[in-house]
Amino acid sequence: MNFGFSEEQDTIRETLARMLGDHATLEVAHTRLDSGEGFDTATWSALAEGGWLGLAMSEAHGGSGMGAVELAILAEEVGRCMAAVPCLPVLCMAVPALQSAGTEDQRRSLLPGIAEGRTIIAMALAEGGGLAPDTVSAKVAQGRLSGQKSPVTFGAEATHALVAATDEEDTPRLYLADLTASGVTTSALDPIDRTRPTAEIVFDNAPVELLPGSDPAAIYRLLSGAAVLAAFEQIGLAGRALALTTAYAGERHAFGRPIGGFQAVKHRLADMFAKIELARSNAFFGAWALASGDSRLPEAAAVARLSALDAVQFVTEESIQLHGGIGFTWAADPHLFLRRGWQLKAELGPAVLWRERLIDNLADAPWAAS
Amino acid sequence: MDFSDSPEEATFRAKARDWLNANATLRDGSEKAQDHFMARDADEVARARDWQARKAKAGWAGLTWPRAFGGRDATPIEQVIWNQEEGRYAVPPNVFLIGIGLVGPTVMIHGTQSQKTAVLPRALTGEDIWCQLFSEPAAGSDLAGIRTRARRDGDDWVISGQKVWTSGAHYSSHGILLARTDPQVPKHKGMTMFLVDMSDPAIETRPIRQISGGASFNEVFIDDLRVPDSARLGGESEGWKVALTTLMNERFSISVGRASGGARAEELIALAARVERNGRPAIQDGEVRARIADFVARQRGLEFTSYRVMTSLSRGDAPGEEGSIGKLLLGKLRQEMGAFGLELAGTAAGVSAVADDDAARWRNEYLTAPGNRIAGGSDEIQRTIIGERILGLPPEMRVDKTVPFSEL
Repeated sequence: MNFGFSEEQDTIRETLARMLGDHATLEVAHTRLDSGEGFDTATWSALAEGGWLGLAMSEAHGGSGMGAVELAILAEEVGRCMAAVPCLPVLCMAVPALQSAGTEDQRRSLLPGIAEGRTIIAMALAEGGGLAPDTVSAKVAQGRLSGQKSPVTFGAEATHALVAATDEEDTPRLYLADLTASGVTTSALDPIDRTRPTAEIVFDNAPVELLPGSDPAAIYRLLSGAAVLAAFEQIGLAGRALALTTAYAGERHAFGRPIGGFQAVKHRLADMFAKIELARSNAFFGAWALASGDSRLPEAAAVARLSALDAVQFVTEESIQLHGGIGFTWAADPHLFLRRGWQLKAELGPAVLWRERLIDNLADAPWAAS
Repeated sequence: MDFSDSPEEATFRAKARDWLNANATLRDGSEKAQDHFMARDADEVARARDWQARKAKAGWAGLTWPRAFGGRDATPIEQVIWNQEEGRYAVPPNVFLIGIGLVGPTVMIHGTQSQKTAVLPRALTGEDIWCQLFSEPAAGSDLAGIRTRARRDGDDWVISGQKVWTSGAHYSSHGILLARTDPQVPKHKGMTMFLVDMSDPAIETRPIRQISGGASFNEVFIDDLRVPDSARLGGESEGWKVALTTLMNERFSISVGRASGGARAEELIALAARVERNGRPAIQDGEVRARIADFVARQRGLEFTSYRVMTSLSRGDAPGEEGSIGKLLLGKLRQEMGAFGLELAGTAAGVSAVADDDAARWRNEYLTAPGNRIAGGSDEIQRTIIGERILGLPPEMRVDKTVPFSEL
């Protein structure tokens, strides 16, 4: 048993942190929030140049053949620097979907472009407020897709989308759509985090291509993996929010001393830290289950998701509180984290969805029958 | 990152399992409820002693102790593996936790050769049971405020005072006792540690009944207890340093002990499948499912946090402040789970008068949990430790650190 990172993995983290720190600063995040130009293409290009976008792809497709744990490290560092890049949809969902359910032709035509940063594949799973494959109403008949998908993160910036839709036998599958094709209408939405652009996509008889290995079980596995990796992005951002709040509490003086010396503040910060570390422990187990193909992945993903959601909401809300009046202003940093936290919640569904999955999984266990 | 056993760990686990299979009976759910660390009667103490002697003889006692002291030189992760395996069997409570986990390692570092010879082998085999005479009526969280006095008298020391919340003192043969030897210096500087014999008539032990109804801790009255200077553990006035070694090992023992102590969140799922709410099985109720899912996520998180601590210990890092996270979160989780179990099991009859096993079980769980939030450093103390030692926030204002104890 070894519940830590290897030296190589620590090196990957340091290299990434340095590189991302040079490009994706909080000043950049503020600028994008103000301008509404969400996608930080400069940081995405830098990740491509560093070979990071191909991290978990096989070498035959232009990647470096690493695994889920390294991808988790990337997700955490992206979260920590609040980079406005589509790490979750493209690297944590579309790439694994192509690898596990796509054809070799699909992989050969798309993965190299992703690694180079040219191809952006959005995930069009959600519709009507639901994410579960069994609630999908978009339909494909004779290779043509019709339906409405929303919210689709980076939908307007993407070149392609993987769309959940039912086939002619009413089975939910994943389809690859070229978003420049006819019959595709993309319109930008106004998300709570404008540094994470979000769109609605309407497909009207649009040409699509099946990912033959996709079925409801495969979609659920994809969601589980995404939940684990998103938890790392959430932990990254929560950790950064805690770090800047802790620094503020050490600098800001009231009643003749730094406010971090008062237990009302110190103990709140301790609670924030404890929630993040609890979430981190669950995310670790999830990353291991994902990387090793362990059968406990569904419940590991659910607990990672639940504790990450809990940590992010608590930490980002209390970060504003502990900053006092300045924390309530547009110009200050805390609301950046609060917004990103809600966006990451929306993208993979709120706690209720994952609680239900967890209890369903556990209640099937033999001991629950007694 | 690898959650499965390494080949060496798998071998260790198999060996442990073989020995346990040959020497103990697997739990089948019919066992009487018992505490993990505290005996409730003389019979449990006797069974615990017998079990410990057999473990010691076969080389399964004091796993993480160095071989030179009769241990196995096992890694913290091997200790966790042993605990997991032993936990599957119906074995008596581990009343030796303080002796082996706290006192032994403290004696190894601060003891004289003759103290090591006198203490370590008998702690290992279970012949001696140790208790920790630290807290006092006026010194709990502020342990350095102890008032029990030890005065020099020729070659001896004479100790008088009162200790409290001393777990297992009523069946312990020995105690590690922190006393004030010099009140004329600031509080942390004037203490000395002693090893005492609990059967001395100068020591009187009175069990204290807890809110759960049980009585596992005690108040201990010490009235002119005379001990030789050879009973002093560590230097005169160096008691605080010695106590910190004990407390560090206490954190370690809690970390490698059952990460979650008490009920499993999964038991609530089984309970919710048995009882009804709004005319249908409670497990189908949205609020019930949401609460239990939250408990599962928190309990798993605590378990995996303890594995992270084990990993860093196995890499050679000292037991650090990470232990405070588990300590902080465990008690409150147990309390909330106990309350929810009691609510699920408890019709009005279940709450006011125990109607069935479920209600009794969860009532006991709920009434035991508050102790977890207080013992071994309260939630409030853990938050201060996290805030100051991990987050680096400014320390509490102190008015007592530089003033002689006698002037406080």
